[in-house]
Formats: sequence, structure tokens, C-alpha cells
Amino acid sequence: MSYQWDFSPILTRWPMLLDGLVNTVKIAAIAILLGVLVGLVLALLRLSPRRYLRLPAAVFVEFYRNTPPIVHFFWFFYALPVVLNISLDPLVAAVLALSTQSGAFYAEVFRGGIQSIERGQWEGARALGMSHVQLMRRIVLPQAATRMVAPFVERSFELIKTTALASTLAYGELLYQAMMVNSETFRPLEVYTSVALLYLVLLVSCSTLARLAEARLIAYR
Amino acid sequence: MPDPIMPVSIPSAASPPATILQVSGLHKWFGALHVLRGIDFSVAAGERVAIIGGSGSGKSTFLRCLNFMEMPTSGRIALDGTPLGRVSAGKPDAVRYPESELCQVRERVGMVFQQFNLFPHMTVLENAMEGLVTVKRMKKAEARERALRELDKVGLGDKADVYPGRLSGGQQQRVAIARALAMEPEILLFDEPTSSLDPELVGEVLRVIRQLAEEGRTMLLVTHELGFAYHFATKVIFLADGVFHEVGTPDEVLKHPRQERTRAFLDRFTEFSF
Repeated sequence: MSYQWDFSPILTRWPMLLDGLVNTVKIAAIAILLGVLVGLVLALLRLSPRRYLRLPAAVFVEFYRNTPPIVHFFWFFYALPVVLNISLDPLVAAVLALSTQSGAFYAEVFRGGIQSIERGQWEGARALGMSHVQLMRRIVLPQAATRMVAPFVERSFELIKTTALASTLAYGELLYQAMMVNSETFRPLEVYTSVALLYLVLLVSCSTLARLAEARLIAYR
Repeated sequence: MPDPIMPVSIPSAASPPATILQVSGLHKWFGALHVLRGIDFSVAAGERVAIIGGSGSGKSTFLRCLNFMEMPTSGRIALDGTPLGRVSAGKPDAVRYPESELCQVRERVGMVFQQFNLFPHMTVLENAMEGLVTVKRMKKAEARERALRELDKVGLGDKADVYPGRLSGGQQQRVAIARALAMEPEILLFDEPTSSLDPELVGEVLRVIRQLAEEGRTMLLVTHELGFAYHFATKVIFLADGVFHEVGTPDEVLKHPRQERTRAFLDRFTEFSF
């Protein structure tokens, strides 16, 4: 038996998929941005010498590292209205689920980068009379940033792919749009092959940009 | 010869040199380890102190307490007669050090490390300018001029635009000295500045330090280079088990030690001499 591939019904519904791609980029961009903010705060808390700041941040990070992301989506979308009487629209619920979760992972990326800077660098900066803020800004973070790029990109790719879970909240990102196209065309092979290709193009473009950024950051070596 | 560009301030013979730094009752514990066991010490302007002792004797820890790279467990350190840190009422042993005060002290007490600790993401010139621009808030043009002057002094003016990773260990250490000098510290601390260098690179660093000595700078040097210590220092301290075991002129401590322990230490250095 040989399957007859036919992409024409999908091509005629191309705008639906494009819509989905735009929504995927949108949700991913917002979640990365918020995730970085959450991650920075968590990382600074985890590096604090004060235990009462370190501990809650550690609990937060461990919670998100050890529970499946789809549970977070459901929790924000279905549980919040019941428990707190707060209804969120699918976009907001998905962004919250994604950015808190990736914030926890970004926090580990930032913490790892900062802690990887040798003690001598901190001492060299302190010995010149730098304050903690100055030595972070001038000495530690610029060097840590170059070491964070690779794990940061890795984490962001995970996040972009995790946006597909927003389809479970009926948010019109790429996968959800694909399901809609499928229900009209009954051509799942072509639909999901197209979707895979779109993700591929998106992520390959992102990684090219990331490589350019990394090359600029480590130019001094 | 003193560099003619840098004015050298040597206290006049008429007035006795002023005490800059004073340490009293200094103790340092690392967990259960009692590293410094009650040290009293002072440095006057223009003094050059060499600190020698075996590994684990506490000599590096002592030096690092002076600019608070290590926090003293107890005891007080005074700069120009003013005790540093704050004592809460009823707890004379618990001295708290506000960050701003530590930063001011470190501006005045410069340090050169065994491992150089240059900033690899900055050029040699940027390394030497960093403290001036970030800490002293000096204008870039002015900082650049002063940094270049110090780099010239250590013989590396031509390497200004090179990244530290391209330099030899000896050159890196000379940059680190220029970086510390640019801040115009009142006291310079050297923590085994030649210990991580290949033997053939030690000389270039020691020559720079000797040049600073000729300018009358106040310096403390932790070293294993006993020959250099002999010629460099105005005072030699032999540290053992966290206390000053013997203190005196280079001649007294290195040539005519009175303590058995000092003699034993020095004998280990001459064991394989020829």
C-alpha cells in the first residue's frame, strides 16, 4: 500500500497555520521575557547569604523542576477559577504557566553562570574597592553571560516547544491551529508534517541568531 | 632608580613616620581551625615588611585580613588611628563591617595576588583603568592617562590593547601590579606574588617590586623568596602556628635568628643550596 501525500488542502488553509505560528512566537516571546525576570529574581534570592530568602526560592525551583508542565497549565487555567475565583483567558494562563516554570529553570542557568566565575575574579574586584553591585555589573555578570548563553538557548528551545501545551487550553497557537486544519481536511500526516517543518524553521532561525550573539559575547577569548 | 614621572613621598627624617595601619588582638578561625592566634602589629609609612613562614602558618590569611579579603574573627584593625567596623553594645567581639567602609579601606590598601586575578574580558589597559573609572569615578581620558603611566612603569605600555590571556605569567603579574598602583594606595599587599610563576619569570616581577621599594612605598610582602626578602624588607616577620614567632630586621631574623623554630625553617631553604 502506498500513501498518496496531498498537501493542497493544507496549502489552501495556510493562513490558519501562519496565525498559529505568530501566536506561538508571541506566547514564547512573552514567556521568555517574563521567565528571564522571574529567573533573575530567583537566582539572586538563591545566591543570597540569608537563609529566609534562599529557602523559598529553592522550594519554588524544585517544585517546577519536579512536576510536569501540563499540570501547571491545567492548574492556572482550571484550578484558579475554582479555588480563587479568578478566571484567566487562555493566553494569560499559558504565559503564567510557561514563565513561572521557565523562570525556575532560568534561575538555575543564571545561578550556575554566576557561581562558575572563579573566586579570584570576585577578590580581584573587591580588592580594588568595588561594591557588590559594581563587581556584579562590571566583572562577574559580563563573564557569566558568556557561559550562560548555551544553557539559556537550550532552555528557551524547550520553552518554545512547550508552548504546544497551550493547545490544551484552546489557545490558537501552532498546534491548536493544526488540529483545526486537521478537523477540516482529515489529512493528519500532511498537517503534522507541516507543523513539524514550521517548528524546525522557527527554531533553526533562533539558534542561528543565538550563535551570532554568542560569537560576539566571547570575542575577547 | 625612582621613576621621575611619579613623585615619591618619603617622610622627612625630622618627623617620625606615622603609623598607617594598626592591628590588635587579631584572631581568625576557619570552622574549628584556629589560624591566627592573637596578632598585634602596626605598619608605619615607608616600612616594607616581609612575612615568611611555612605553608599553613597563617601568613596569607594574616595579609588577607588586612584588606578584609578574610573577615577577622575577632580583634580590631585601625587605619590612620581610626578603628574599622562597628561594635554593637555589649558585644565587643562582634565587629560588623558596613560594605561602604570595606570598599574605602580596600581603595587605600591595594593587593596583588598569587594568581594575578586579572579580568580576562578586559584589555590590559582596561584592567588598569577599571578601579579608577568604576570605583574612583574618574573621567575615562584621565584614567587612561594614569593607567598608561603605571603600565609604562612596569614595562608593559606596549601591551595596553592586548587581552591578559595573551601574556606570560610574569607580564600578567606586572599588569596586576600596575592595576593596584593606579589606585594610588597608601599600602600595597603582595600575597606570594611570584609563587605561581616559572622560575625564569620571577625576576621581572621582583625587579618591579624592588623599584617600588626604592620609591619609599609602604608594602607588605608574603613570600618564599628569602633572598629577595633580605634585600627588600625593613622588617621581617616569621609566622608560625598563627603567631609572630620572630620579628626583626632582615639581618636579625634571616641571618641571626634567635628562635630554634626560625632556624629550622631557614635551614630547609639552605638544605640544597650550592
